Amino acid sequence: MSRIVGSPLPRSTRLLLGAVPIAILVIVYGALSYQRHLENPMDRLMPTVEQLWRGLGEITTADRRSGEVWLWVDTRASLVRLAKGMGAGVGLAIVLGVLTGIFSTLRALFLPLVTALAKVPPLALLPIVFIFLGVDESSKIVLIALGIAPTLTSDIVLAAAGVPREMVVKGYTLGATTSEVVAKVILPQIMPRILDSIRLTIGPAWIFLIAAEAISAESGLGYRIYVVQRQLAMNIILPYVVWIAILGVAMDLGLQALSRWLYPWAATKGH
Amino acid sequence: MADEDAKRRIEERIAEAARAAARDGKRAPIAVDPVVRAGSVEAAGDGDPATATGAPPGARSDGGVPPILECTHVSHRYPRQTGGFQLVLNDIHLRVPQREFISVVGPSGCGKSTLLRLVLGSELPWQGSVTASGVAVDHPRRDRGIVFQRYSLFPHLTVLQNVIFGLELDGTWLLQKWLTWPIYRRTHYRRQVEQGMAYLRTVKLDEHANKYPQQLSGGMQQRVAIAQALIMKPRILLMDEPFGALDPGTREALQLTIVEAFAEQGITVFFVTHDLEEAVFVGNRLLVLSQFWTHDDGSSGEGAKVVLDVRCPKSTSVDVKASSEFQELIQRVRRDGFDPNHQQPVRTFDLSAAAPG
Ligand SMILES: Nc1ncnc2c1ncn2[C@@H]1O[C@H](COP(=O)(O)OP(=O)(O)OP(=O)(O)O)[C@@H](O)[C@H]1O
Ligand SMILES: [Mg+2]
Repeated sequence: MSRIVGSPLPRSTRLLLGAVPIAILVIVYGALSYQRHLENPMDRLMPTVEQLWRGLGEITTADRRSGEVWLWVDTRASLVRLAKGMGAGVGLAIVLGVLTGIFSTLRALFLPLVTALAKVPPLALLPIVFIFLGVDESSKIVLIALGIAPTLTSDIVLAAAGVPREMVVKGYTLGATTSEVVAKVILPQIMPRILDSIRLTIGPAWIFLIAAEAISAESGLGYRIYVVQRQLAMNIILPYVVWIAILGVAMDLGLQALSRWLYPWAATKGH
Repeated sequence: MADEDAKRRIEERIAEAARAAARDGKRAPIAVDPVVRAGSVEAAGDGDPATATGAPPGARSDGGVPPILECTHVSHRYPRQTGGFQLVLNDIHLRVPQREFISVVGPSGCGKSTLLRLVLGSELPWQGSVTASGVAVDHPRRDRGIVFQRYSLFPHLTVLQNVIFGLELDGTWLLQKWLTWPIYRRTHYRRQVEQGMAYLRTVKLDEHANKYPQQLSGGMQQRVAIAQALIMKPRILLMDEPFGALDPGTREALQLTIVEAFAEQGITVFFVTHDLEEAVFVGNRLLVLSQFWTHDDGSSGEGAKVVLDVRCPKSTSVDVKASSEFQELIQRVRRDGFDPNHQQPVRTFDLSAAAPG
């Protein structure tokens, strides 16, 4: 093995290396599915490439009855829920996290509660949310928000509390008011860290979204997967799963790019 | 690191500023005074009539102008982890008139930074009072600038933005700024940038205006921090081991920078350091805090007191460091302040009993 602290690999090498396991996965899948279909042409568990292609065609062309393209309708519904849920959760976490991180009284007041809430598996809250809010849109959004807010809040509390006290004092000696210290000294310098934390919540947010959609919805990626599950339509489930992965990666890269663009200074560590 | 030429130029400028100050009848930063005991500092300094009448330490007869900084019977303590309290500062008395460069030294952990925090207002004293220009210190404010050893700069702002941070906060609402941006940019903002660049030029960093602090060396960062504090024109500049993390060459160059700023801008400086030579070289008054003292009955004292308060031999040249007067003072401070085996009884140095309050 090479040393842990090595010079970074060139970009092309990295991309190539990253593609290798994916390629292997695809080839192994193709071989296995080919094998199974040789033994049993009716096999539904591992559709062939051709069947997958047909499934993909099915979900990307307009449905005969409703005239809707499944994939787009579902994607739009899911992304809207995800955006609303994550927006609410992130907003809540930033307000709560920054305030509790900065003011020790608030920290003493809220931190135990937030820490305890962060330990509750949000899916255990699902029935409660459904009972209180019914099974419509709002409950899915609330589930996502509640699911990501506690961990995000504790992350932000740590970040805000980690801003050296000297900088806060410095802000005051330069004539800043308390709100200016929060808005111009503390918040901007923890924003890159907050964006990183948000990137880590994308995964959990998808879990809560799919779970909520599986239980009750009329559209959405999770809804579709669970509907076609009854017909064992693996050739539709698999493209959906891959699509969700692509969406997740795109969101992650998007946030990363946003962070680099908004906060170029965060990349200038050391000399 | 500062080449000889640059050094000489700076020294000349300091001398000039000193002459100007002397002409104005103000205290010149250059005063080769005999080393004196605590209590008669002001007296020895400039023939203040207060001496003759046996006035308390630091008393001045400037027609009722309050001292720029005054600590009266200040004691401070911290809770111990094992319960109870640790007394850190024990009955500190201090009067700092305008345009004084006061260096504070003392053994590690004696409470120098604590005293600085009390003066700054980021902590309030347990007992006694701290006033700045006659007003009780309650909170860090604009009239007291600060340079810490680290973390003085905001990592999310460029060097220039760091320097004009305080100017930008002045007076204008954000909304107002946005709505009138095309005009604002050409008037207010432009003036601020020009002023910021001027300050950066004085610390020779104008070429690095658009870098982020993390891209600068430690010495350069401290220069930015000094410019950032000075641009606000504070009445007092507080510094807590500002050059503590720097190599000797950079250190000496920055010492000259700060002495020069002091001579030119007529501010008061409160400079904490653990380096004795540095303290005596930059300051014109030396305050030694120490926990190594005893009560008159010989029992050891608790918390740090001011065990020595003297004028520093001043010269415009770094050569002063080699002078015998300079070295004698340093030897004396080592013994009185830093040697745990040399514990002075309180009556030999403490004149605070004579102070008012
Ligand atoms: N927030 C705090 N809580 C408890 N004890 C403290 C606190 N701050 C300082 N102390 C204690 O007060 C004493 C003085 O600390 P201070 O930092 O003022 O010393 P110092 O003279 O600046 O030391 P140094 O030269 O090492 O910087 C130390 O014994 C320290 O342990
Ligand atoms: Mg200290």
